[in-house]
Amino acid sequence: MSMQVILAQALLGLNVGVFYAMLSLGLAVIFGLLNIINFAHGAMYMLGAFIALIGYSLLEQWFGISLQVGFWGSLLVAPLLVGLLGILIERTMLKRLADLDHIYGLLLTFGITLILQGLFANYFNVSGTPYPGQPESLSGVVNLGFMYFPTYRLFAIVFSLVVCFATWYFIEHTKLGSRLRAGVENPNLTQAFGLNVPLMVTLTFGFGAALAGLAGVLAAPIYSVSPLMGADLIIVVFAVVVIGGMGSIMGAILSGLALGLIEGLTKVFYPPAASTVIFFLMVLVLLFRPAGLFGKEK
Amino acid sequence: MMNRILLVIMIVLGLTAPFFAYPVFVMDLLCFALFACAFNLLLGYAGLLSFGHAAFFGGAAYVAGYALKEWGFPPLLGILTGTGFALLLGTVFGYLAIRRQGIYFAMVTLALAQIIYFLALQLPFTGGENGLQRIPRGELFGFIDLNNELAMYYLVLAIFLIGFGIIYRTIHSPFGEVLQAIRENESRALSLGYDVDHFKLMAFVISATLAGLAGATKALIFQFAALTNAHWQTSGEVILMTLVGGLGTVFGPVVGAITVASLSHELSSFGSWVQVILGVIFVFCVMVFRRGIIGELQHRLSRRKG
Amino acid sequence: MLKHWIKGIAGAVTLAGLAVPLAANAALSDDKVKIGVLSDMSGVYKALEGPGAVIAAQMAIEDFGGSVLGKPIEIISADHQNKPDIGASTAREWIDAEQVDMITALDNSSVALSVQGLAADKKIITLNTGAGTTALTEDQCSPYGIHYVYDTHALPVGTATAMVRNGGKKWFFITADYAFGHSLRDNTGAVVKNLGGEVVGNVNAPLSTNDFSSYLLQAQSSGADVIGLANAGQDTVNAIKQANQFRIVQSGQKLAGMLVFISDVHSMGLDIAQGLQFTTAFVWNQDDEAEQWSRRFYERHKAMPTMVHAGVYSAVTHYLEAVKATGTDDSDTVRKQLGEMELNDFFVKGGKIAPNGSMLHDMYLVEVKKPDEATEEWDLLKVVSKIPADDAYISMADTKCSLVNQ
Repeated sequence: MSMQVILAQALLGLNVGVFYAMLSLGLAVIFGLLNIINFAHGAMYMLGAFIALIGYSLLEQWFGISLQVGFWGSLLVAPLLVGLLGILIERTMLKRLADLDHIYGLLLTFGITLILQGLFANYFNVSGTPYPGQPESLSGVVNLGFMYFPTYRLFAIVFSLVVCFATWYFIEHTKLGSRLRAGVENPNLTQAFGLNVPLMVTLTFGFGAALAGLAGVLAAPIYSVSPLMGADLIIVVFAVVVIGGMGSIMGAILSGLALGLIEGLTKVFYPPAASTVIFFLMVLVLLFRPAGLFGKEK
Repeated sequence: MMNRILLVIMIVLGLTAPFFAYPVFVMDLLCFALFACAFNLLLGYAGLLSFGHAAFFGGAAYVAGYALKEWGFPPLLGILTGTGFALLLGTVFGYLAIRRQGIYFAMVTLALAQIIYFLALQLPFTGGENGLQRIPRGELFGFIDLNNELAMYYLVLAIFLIGFGIIYRTIHSPFGEVLQAIRENESRALSLGYDVDHFKLMAFVISATLAGLAGATKALIFQFAALTNAHWQTSGEVILMTLVGGLGTVFGPVVGAITVASLSHELSSFGSWVQVILGVIFVFCVMVFRRGIIGELQHRLSRRKG
Repeated sequence: MLKHWIKGIAGAVTLAGLAVPLAANAALSDDKVKIGVLSDMSGVYKALEGPGAVIAAQMAIEDFGGSVLGKPIEIISADHQNKPDIGASTAREWIDAEQVDMITALDNSSVALSVQGLAADKKIITLNTGAGTTALTEDQCSPYGIHYVYDTHALPVGTATAMVRNGGKKWFFITADYAFGHSLRDNTGAVVKNLGGEVVGNVNAPLSTNDFSSYLLQAQSSGADVIGLANAGQDTVNAIKQANQFRIVQSGQKLAGMLVFISDVHSMGLDIAQGLQFTTAFVWNQDDEAEQWSRRFYERHKAMPTMVHAGVYSAVTHYLEAVKATGTDDSDTVRKQLGEMELNDFFVKGGKIAPNGSMLHDMYLVEVKKPDEATEEWDLLKVVSKIPADDAYISMADTKCSLVNQ
């Protein structure tokens, strides 16, 4: 096995890993405040990709607006719209379930997943539609010595890493972030100090959803845009979250990246196991460290 | 009282259904009804949300199918083999999953089930995407030809009633009462000296085994074991069936299974709109109809009485 | 729901043994001929068959006059979602409760095998236009199963031979991981080895993969001359596009699409696809007759027909002719008649349906035009050479079908 092949597959693994990281980060942020798992996170990722696709090529055809939202525009618009949808869901539905068993939140978001997925499957091919709007400036290839790597993929990796670490910095090292964490630790006390905890909860949910939407836009030029793209991903991300534990933001990011790498390397050494290796790792973690690698049991 | 009336209705409908409906479809309904009842035992009575029950349903279908097709097992032995596999799998998954609670439990079961899905996709004996095709129905007790739809139908009905009976007995036994106590308040049950984990595991295994019984039977009916049965969407469907019919009610899952399966069958020509409609029902049930059809019925009856 | 319950009555009555069995030659069963079109309406193979196949079948029925032997011809269609169990249970219900007489399309080998097997048990004719695997006419052949447009034996004969002769001796396969891909890979491998080439590796990719990059890198590091794509539809399109992104071809390896449809070429664009050679049964503008039909089809489908669309029209038409000629829709009689006819229309010239169900006809090796050669949007292919039916299909002397030679 040549070093060249290992490096190449590792880089592709990292490429997948940044998407795991962004999604598990969003899940962890939401879980921290609301104590629910957002099953619709995958659907929101898909939605982000579709907003980019529709904005680029279908606005005129569908709505008669002669407007085209390019890739850079989508990077801004899609997270915003997905975030707003998240806020809407939180305000109108999740909020009312807050006093019930948390599994109802999971079930509700599962239902929302089916709706979103079904809606798009009606109008788009389930095996994917190519996103034509990849910017010219990123369309080249970089010669890394051991392989040719598409510039866009490199961009996606770097961009995602920046977003992940910026989020971490914001939550762990800014004033607003510390209030957020206070809300997580002790909502009642925080409320008593005059902070609007319900608003924080809503905005947090919106932010988590926006992260998923952003990941979707980034994924669109790499993978075809498909109604099922989120469903395939979200279950793996669940396993990532179980492995990492939901205790820390950094934990979610690092375990996402690491598991993407491991998956990529599995493709070099034993390809048939690539699709299951993360799940087997989850079993190991459950056996030896049930709370997860970075987790603290609540 | 109400349960007794429902039981009579169910048996009469069950016995006469093949004379006014397409038998294969009714058999499909019975499998899903049993699957939902098994699932309800876990969620409705022990409060554990498994998002991976398709693994037992689908896994048992593969093993039963393989035993029937490649080893030439007679039909009942084939079904038992599949069910036995679900029992083993349920023990392993249960042991792992009960280490975590609540939402984590759901995620863990979902992820574990995904292993089974990928194994079904990749192991040579399952036929991958092709699935196990043309599984022989064979002859019951060596002389009743199950290729006769009526014979097949009454066998399926018998299996359903046996499975249903087991669940009914379990719910109404002291074991079932402990389960409900755990669901209501786990720490109190613990302080009363119950080995909570042991009870949870038992409930998980019984539920998985009966889900396997349903899956193995389905493989015999359709002469097919395929990936669809092991897919997470099937796990989601069984949750919906239970929810629609009524969590923690004896007949709810049966009613829910008939409702949801008939609906998706009737709407199948509308393509993905089926999924949208199922999603809407899901949201509706969670938001305002948490008792489900039977639960709501029981609630209204008892209110009128008291 | 009510509709469904009532519909079931007919089936149940038959089951209860109350209905008198129909005599074999008593004209048409149920006073109609009903044709089922079972295809991938939403996924990876939608463009090559899917809704277009329903249109083609409708056109065939309309052109036939809408009725046969004075009785109406009906059509029913459904999406099998590329899932063999869904395909089989739909077909089972069509046969039991909808009185379907013939099932066509079936563009997925797993689905095709399961439906053909079921239909054989129930004595219903299947005219398969979309699936590739030779198993349909070889080890799983059926007295009622006909394989109409192409198979995985015919595809490599032209394509692989041309590639090996041009120096592509070492092959690496990226294979769609199910019946069709395996069959295409094995048959292509056999052709390559026969001509003195070798197969240096293989990787199986799940059906409907959207990221082929890691498979392509494996292929690249294998040192093969040719990367054989034993897949179809959107999978082929994605693999070729991504190979372009990772500069696979520029680094000196050739891509061989073992099954390519004109819809794939259209979706890739000539810039990427130009020069690609592949085997097909039909090119829409191969002659005036074909072009005339294709333009009519285009009016309704907004895309030119693939070989599968044209095949559906041809298959349905010949089935109806056989029903008309024999005066019955009894499957044994119609199948016998189909075996005796010589098939001639815009799609096929001098075609014969062999005892194993394989429709023997000429195939073409084609090449994708350069952007400046194309005269209109869909003018994408030029014929390089004709592959005679005898070379393309497995001969009756070599077939492993149990219906022949025993």
